[in-house]
Amino acid sequence: MSDAKKFMYINRKAPYGTIYAWESLEVVLIGAAFDQEVSLAFVDDGVYQLMKGQDTTDVGIKNFSPTYAALGDYDVNKIYVEKESLEARGLTLEDLQHLVWEDEDEDWAEKDSIRVVTSAELAEIFEQQDITLSF
Amino acid sequence: MSILHTVNKSTYERDTLEACVRLAAKGGSVLLIEDGVYSAMSGGSKSNVIENAKDLSFYVLGPDIKARGLSEDRLIDGVKVVDYKGFVELSVSNDSVSAWL
Repeated sequence: MSDAKKFMYINRKAPYGTIYAWESLEVVLIGAAFDQEVSLAFVDDGVYQLMKGQDTTDVGIKNFSPTYAALGDYDVNKIYVEKESLEARGLTLEDLQHLVWEDEDEDWAEKDSIRVVTSAELAEIFEQQDITLSF
Repeated sequence: MSILHTVNKSTYERDTLEACVRLAAKGGSVLLIEDGVYSAMSGGSKSNVIENAKDLSFYVLGPDIKARGLSEDRLIDGVKVVDYKGFVELSVSNDSVSAWL
């Protein structure tokens, strides 16, 4: 694991209207399969990707939102959501899916994956990354 | 002359809705589709774009809000939900359709 790099994926687009959200998710899963240290940030319209209750039955598009719940199983458990982006859209953490991961060091205790952070906090987190990819 | 305007971009990402509202004549109809439906949610910093446009009628496409996990209960007051059939009816009841991108 000493070769593992810190990857940050920044998601700024709403789902479905463009392909960015889905493409990002695919790349995230690929990166995670190579045992890299993966973090995700959701800012601007990207926060809409995590909305709970998405149902695409009537629009004929694949609903990929359940995939976010599988990220914990890929050791992707650092999911940052920008507080300012949520507030600008009249949203709170309650509007988002409850994403969790199981900590094997603590007898598989279930922990929250989503952390709501301020812009300033997110800026510091970005500084700690080796590679940043923007979608 | 009445025009049905469709807007498919989120007002938080593009200024499409603002341009449409600025340039639409009084009495016109605006149908929000695809990512445009996010603009119809109340409680956001851009909700005032629709709230201030009293001379226009606003509609959202139901299947698009459902796809995005948005609740009809949280739509801005006065915004009406239509299905695909309603989209067609709006298209034929107006003289023309203007699709804003």
